[in-house]
Amino acid sequence: MSDSVETAAVAPSALPTGQSGTVVRSTVMRRLLKNPLGIASLVILTTIALLAILAPVLAPFEENFANISKTLAAPDSTNILGTDSAGRDTWSRLLFGAQLTLLSALLCAGVAIAIGLPAGLIAGYYAGRFEAVSNWVVSILMSLPGLIVLLTIRAAFGPSVWFSMIAFGILISPSYFRLTRAAVQSVRNELYVDAARVSGLSDLSIVARHIFSVVRAPIIIQTAAIAGVAIAIQSGLEFLGLGDPTKATWGVMLSEGFKNVYLTPSLLLWPALAMALTIGGLVLLGNAIRDALEDGEKIKHRRKRGPASGPSGGSTTAAPAKARPSRKSVAAVEHGTEHHLVKVTNLGVGYPQADGSIKKVVDNVSFHVDRGEILGIVGESGSGKSQTAFSILGLLPDNARIVAGSIQFDGNYTVAPGEDRVSQERLSKLRGKRISYIPQEPMSNLDPAFTIGYQLVTPMVRVLGISKAEARTRALKLLTDVGIVNPERTFNAYPHEVSGGMAQRVLIAGAISCEPDLVIADEPTTALDVTVQADVLDLLRELQQRLNIGVILVTHNFGVVADLCDRVAVMQNGRLVEEGTVREILRNPKENYTRTLLGSMLEGKTPMTMLVSPPEGPVAHGEASRHASAEKEPVA
Amino acid sequence: MSTVSRQDAPLLSVEDLVVEYPSKKFRAKPFRALTDINITIGQGETLGLVGESGSGKTTLGRAVLGLAPVTRGKVIFEGNDISNASRRERRTLSRDLQVVFQDPYTSLNPALEIGDILAEPLGVQGLQKDAARKRVKELLDQVGLPSDAIHRLPREFSGGQRQRVAIARALALSPKLIVCDEPVSALDLSTQARVLDLFLQIQRDTGVSYLFVSHDLDVVRHISHRVAVMFRGEIVEQGLAGTVTRDPEHPYTQRLLLASPVPDPDRQEQRRADRHRLLEQQRQQTEQAGAAA
Repeated sequence: MSDSVETAAVAPSALPTGQSGTVVRSTVMRRLLKNPLGIASLVILTTIALLAILAPVLAPFEENFANISKTLAAPDSTNILGTDSAGRDTWSRLLFGAQLTLLSALLCAGVAIAIGLPAGLIAGYYAGRFEAVSNWVVSILMSLPGLIVLLTIRAAFGPSVWFSMIAFGILISPSYFRLTRAAVQSVRNELYVDAARVSGLSDLSIVARHIFSVVRAPIIIQTAAIAGVAIAIQSGLEFLGLGDPTKATWGVMLSEGFKNVYLTPSLLLWPALAMALTIGGLVLLGNAIRDALEDGEKIKHRRKRGPASGPSGGSTTAAPAKARPSRKSVAAVEHGTEHHLVKVTNLGVGYPQADGSIKKVVDNVSFHVDRGEILGIVGESGSGKSQTAFSILGLLPDNARIVAGSIQFDGNYTVAPGEDRVSQERLSKLRGKRISYIPQEPMSNLDPAFTIGYQLVTPMVRVLGISKAEARTRALKLLTDVGIVNPERTFNAYPHEVSGGMAQRVLIAGAISCEPDLVIADEPTTALDVTVQADVLDLLRELQQRLNIGVILVTHNFGVVADLCDRVAVMQNGRLVEEGTVREILRNPKENYTRTLLGSMLEGKTPMTMLVSPPEGPVAHGEASRHASAEKEPVA
Repeated sequence: MSTVSRQDAPLLSVEDLVVEYPSKKFRAKPFRALTDINITIGQGETLGLVGESGSGKTTLGRAVLGLAPVTRGKVIFEGNDISNASRRERRTLSRDLQVVFQDPYTSLNPALEIGDILAEPLGVQGLQKDAARKRVKELLDQVGLPSDAIHRLPREFSGGQRQRVAIARALALSPKLIVCDEPVSALDLSTQARVLDLFLQIQRDTGVSYLFVSHDLDVVRHISHRVAVMFRGEIVEQGLAGTVTRDPEHPYTQRLLLASPVPDPDRQEQRRADRHRLLEQQRQQTEQAGAAA
């Protein structure tokens, strides 16, 4: 069974974010290889690693084999990069040095991961005492001066590369700890982790299956960076002469070259070049991985944008936007329509796609709203109802295009025929002053950093040009008007100190503060409890009648429509299906889609009966379930 | 009603349940989420749990599932007290006790294929790969999803389809009770109707019981045999669905009923007037009670 409505209803806002790294992992490698920096760094690092592994085969001499008769020699056929002050072959030492340098960097990262990753997983997942204690340890580790600790270790245990790298690994492990803990904390309370708990998965399996995948990508990026730092620190120590002189490493070679910098500068060049290439390669690799992951994020956002075009609504047309001339002067509106407060004519809104076509999310929509009238726009997610509202407000995303039609407000075009964008110049004069907006999520539409009073006063001072004191008096009166019992307290409160219903009242107060002619309310009660919703609807009705304003109410709830609206427009897949007075539409809908929607209402239905699929009928869904139940076998 | 006789041996009974969350502040009183909750659910029965945000209805569901701390009281499932069941006991319980969460977007791991998500509970119970595969196909069929969904990721599906996947996961082990935590409130109207149909169909086919948590009185009325109303962490009213959702006794349930708008302008106007009258009446009663005290 494929139900067109359900398939079309790819909700725009609810895609999980913040986990792109794991979601898109299959394409990360491909994207990495497409990135020139990524492929370059991979080639460099692979080459260096291969040279290091094959050092015993490739190197013509032992790392410490000294030909005392041939010191500081220039390159020749035997010593292709020359020799150092003890007559040792530079090329051979460079190869063996690569081995030791890379291994020690790996050791350092390995130690840091071995300590930081499990500790971070446990602390993030279980929290509690372990987290508190490990936070203390981490703070202590991070406050230690690294270089001094390393010098102390060297003094205590001798000039071994391995000891100093283990110590450095421990010192740097907090970076892994913090990274892991933060990532785990962000998913610890996800519902799918709860679902796994209910399924009886052990903690170990939950961490391995559901949580580890979240930290994998950041750990890889971090390791690239840390390996680079480890090489730099280790070489730095050896350059200072604190390394083991019997082992060839790039740091020791650098130190040696520095001593002879006036006699044979090339001795300095080769180890420095090797280090620069390796560290640079690691840093670039880290960046490339991050870019590859973030690319996925961008594409997801783009996909989110065009949600409204389901299979049937996804009519794409070749970009007509370019052909449309943009005119400087705004044409006069059609004669006889000036009295409408808002008139939308044949509106089409679309988003340009990567292949040059335009995906229409609103198609050929026409309606009007008069003063003192409430128009309800009803539809399911992806029907284009919010996009229509946003085009009247001029709040469409930057990449949106008006592909057809016009919008006029109070006798003037805000989008004239032929224009492909909403004129911000014209709308910014109207928005907030004559057109205002009540959003769906009251909490996310108040800035948590400022008091409610500040957020009410500032727009009034700006738009109405009144003094702060006057605006304050007005704001307090508005808060009383929207039914807030203690306006003074709410005025001084921060958004988190009030309830959702209270916050929505505040936003309504803000919306009417500048005495608008038109209020656009986008699902104004959807996030509220039913009893609060009823109060807010009462408030909206009372204000609308008292101020005689026009309202466009975007909603999916026919109960809300019945409560408030004079006229209703029903939208589906970007098109306007049906329009009429509220009684016409709710009682005698003409279109099948409207009937389906109304039929889905639970009010007045016999409980425990099927709403959509008939209990015995040739409907695919019923068939499938009966089929399944017939051949179902006991499991486990 | 047939459900009454079923209650003789309740599948789940919750007795005097108290849930408290320790306060973040030092030595402060713990936050009490649930107070003295008593409910029972019989075999094949649906108990609807209705209340507003913060009323504790979700916490009650989570306490039954072992996801919320039980401070006092008992949760008895098939005669065993499971209020403090260990992880091992929970693993055995998970065959009979399952969950469908509200948000179909975060209840499925975005990194796992649908097939792997559905096979997870089967694997925990030690089912072989082939048998699990077969069962996953059955489940997809049962919830009305195409069988090629196995190798797709959750993000390729719409909200209603994801909720079908979540329902399939809950059904995987043929449980006796499914805790449904607002399973349709994130869905569109027509999708909600289809998913409710699916819940009913599954109950008819398998005889599963539901603890159905919702804020929507209409949804609860439609799907439940009995309904319990929660308000500020307590159950204020409990009884047969038809009675509680049409002719409630408790003032709060009365307010709730009249607050929910009906899709007809004239009847809604009537309901609005009724609601205002009720609010006025209740306000006067409170005042009188205050004056008397």
